[in-house]
Amino acid sequence: MTRAYISCDMASVALGADDIAEALTAAGCTVIRTGARGLFAIEPLVEIETTDGARIAYGPVEPEDVPAILDDTHPNRIGDLATLPFFAKQQRFTFARCGITDPLSMADYTAHDGWKGLAAARALPPQAVVDAVKASGLRGRGGAGFPTGIKWQTVLDAASPEKFIVCNADEGDSGTFADRMLMEGDPYCLLEGMAIAGHAVGASHGYIYVRSEYPFAIRALNAAIERAGPILAPFTVEVRVGAGAYVCGEETALLESIEGKRGQVRAKPPLPAIQGLFGQPTVINNVLSLAAIPFILAEGPERYAEVGFSRSRGTMPVQLAGNVKNGGLFEIGFGITLGELVNDIGGGTESGRPVRAVQVGGPLGAYFPPSMFDLAFDYEAFAAAGGLIGHAGITVFDDTVDMAAMARFAMEFCAVESCGKCTPCRIGSTRGVETLDRIIGDRIKGAAQREQALEAMPQMRNAKVKHRSVDEEIGVLRDLCETMKFGSLCALGGFTPYPVLSALDHFPEDFGGARALPQAAE
Amino acid sequence: MIPDDLDTIVGRLAERFSAQRGALLPLLHAIQEEVGWVPDAATPLGARALNLSRAEVHGVVTFYHDFRREPAGRHVVKLCLAEACKARGVGAIEAALADRLGVGIDKTRADGQVSFEAVYCLGLCATGPNALVDDRPVSRLDARKVDRIVAQVSA
Ligand SMILES: Cc1cc2nc3c(=O)[nH]c(=O)nc-3n(C[C@H](O)[C@H](O)[C@H](O)COP(=O)(O)O)c2cc1C
Ligand code: SF4
Ligand code: FES
Repeated sequence: MTRAYISCDMASVALGADDIAEALTAAGCTVIRTGARGLFAIEPLVEIETTDGARIAYGPVEPEDVPAILDDTHPNRIGDLATLPFFAKQQRFTFARCGITDPLSMADYTAHDGWKGLAAARALPPQAVVDAVKASGLRGRGGAGFPTGIKWQTVLDAASPEKFIVCNADEGDSGTFADRMLMEGDPYCLLEGMAIAGHAVGASHGYIYVRSEYPFAIRALNAAIERAGPILAPFTVEVRVGAGAYVCGEETALLESIEGKRGQVRAKPPLPAIQGLFGQPTVINNVLSLAAIPFILAEGPERYAEVGFSRSRGTMPVQLAGNVKNGGLFEIGFGITLGELVNDIGGGTESGRPVRAVQVGGPLGAYFPPSMFDLAFDYEAFAAAGGLIGHAGITVFDDTVDMAAMARFAMEFCAVESCGKCTPCRIGSTRGVETLDRIIGDRIKGAAQREQALEAMPQMRNAKVKHRSVDEEIGVLRDLCETMKFGSLCALGGFTPYPVLSALDHFPEDFGGARALPQAAE
Repeated sequence: MIPDDLDTIVGRLAERFSAQRGALLPLLHAIQEEVGWVPDAATPLGARALNLSRAEVHGVVTFYHDFRREPAGRHVVKLCLAEACKARGVGAIEAALADRLGVGIDKTRADGQVSFEAVYCLGLCATGPNALVDDRPVSRLDARKVDRIVAQVSA
């Protein structure tokens, strides 16, 4: 019987994979559901196994294409996926199995090097495992880039009868989906990483905090935990489901949420590594940080560390999103430039129009114009350029984007999602929206009409006699951003200025101020 | 709309989570799954069952966007309005859906047939605009798919 592989990833299903799987079954195929390969431009994607075990890919396809797939006459025949530049150029350490294996098959996982890292770790004393993680150079993939080995050392050194491993699977950043793909496509890999962490620091229980927007991942994890229980033992894992609060991705808010409270940020210190969940020493790591661990233990930290750039070692699963031709997951060593990612790998915009801006690192990340595309993908290089890598999502916009509207959205998002603990974020974001509304309103209506607008009247804004000019409003906005940057307790309020200020700096023409660049000739 | 046996429901569900630490969020999710929303009347019941104050429970219910304090429509269309979907033109899809469904974003139509809600990222950002239609994900939204969604939730 013909064996056909098709993804059960939420993105593939959203593109119609289930209907195709059904049509393949009806045509007499044995259908194996895998995770997603990672290139969504060719989805829905079917792979047919040949007699010698190779896989021939076809995509994108529709259910009525099944006969043409089976007699190998379909025009969208791709052949061996590994030869596509999108895949040939990758260095898949963390995502080696994703898209190839049946995510819940223990046999598949074991056959594809699964559990090797856990076996290696359990043969070592805890300190040696922590040392290996340090030697790998792995830094937190959730955004802050803190060295994972050092975090683990702190927890290992904290004396306590009870410690926890918490996996941050809140993945709230727009433009990111690597955590989701891994949890759906290779859940045992994450569980293995957590069990290794448990052994390394002396924790016997773990929580995975998954956002409620990820029902497929929640299902896959629960099924995987049940099947892998005996191998993970004595370590145990439990899934907790978020409730639609972006700020719960912040580590201390996440801990509050698991404890059953409002997701409000805690002041640090104490660090979660010392006093975390239920007051106990806690390792809290992103999905990708924990999923990198099995490779590091199985292949050795040197193998991981030999890839990378400067102080950013190993690989990053980069996510190409938004208006990009080859959107998807691209795992590669650090150091590749932003331009290579967007233009060479991503193929530019899907709309075919020029790229105007990319936002890197989710809603708290900066917008960059193509003139900065020689920037190397590296934590320090991005920080020096006034931005951040964050969770490595790159959202591409074409030249129809209105950057003032995007700046307003960033402020609005902060206002809606603020946990309310500190004033610069809670109040500042709302004032930011209002200021941007006045700037945008001016641009649309012209300054002459603004005097009639109630919110622009001098007495509404403690102005002396006259309304502010656009330039003055922009000054107010910049000032507000400074206050938020330096006065906020966590990065929600502290980093929202990144998208706003980068939009102002690189795209001033969209704000209509006097410092705006002259319009291009055509 | 509030079930008569709300106290039995909450009591039964609370028992299921009583062994868990931090049981409040799992309990609220379970109430919402069974009842469809979290009526204010559930707050004192949940508080008693988990030995919490009413203020603590109320604080949690109102903090998280997921918990509904009003019943939803018979169908729920959640449209992603985050950056990557904006970059792929969700603006036009939002306008079309609002027009065709006869209800604006974050509102339930007066006849209770459909709620139209915003979400901020579904993790399908390479192929937006994206929506969840009664919990089923739909990607690469276009005019044809809008037609299908409208037909589906009008039934
Ligand atoms: C507002 C906000 C949202 C965050 N969201 C996430 C998230 O969704 N996933 C994540 O792993 N880290 C997120 N973080 C970062 C975490 O606070 C923390 O740094 C991370 O979980 C640590 O794990 P790592 O060292 O493995 O990166 C967020 C931080 C802030 C301030
Ligand atoms: S910056 Fe915003 S989200 Fe962070 S602690 Fe302050 S109010 Fe809460
Ligand atoms: S931004 Fe819409 S799915 Fe991620």
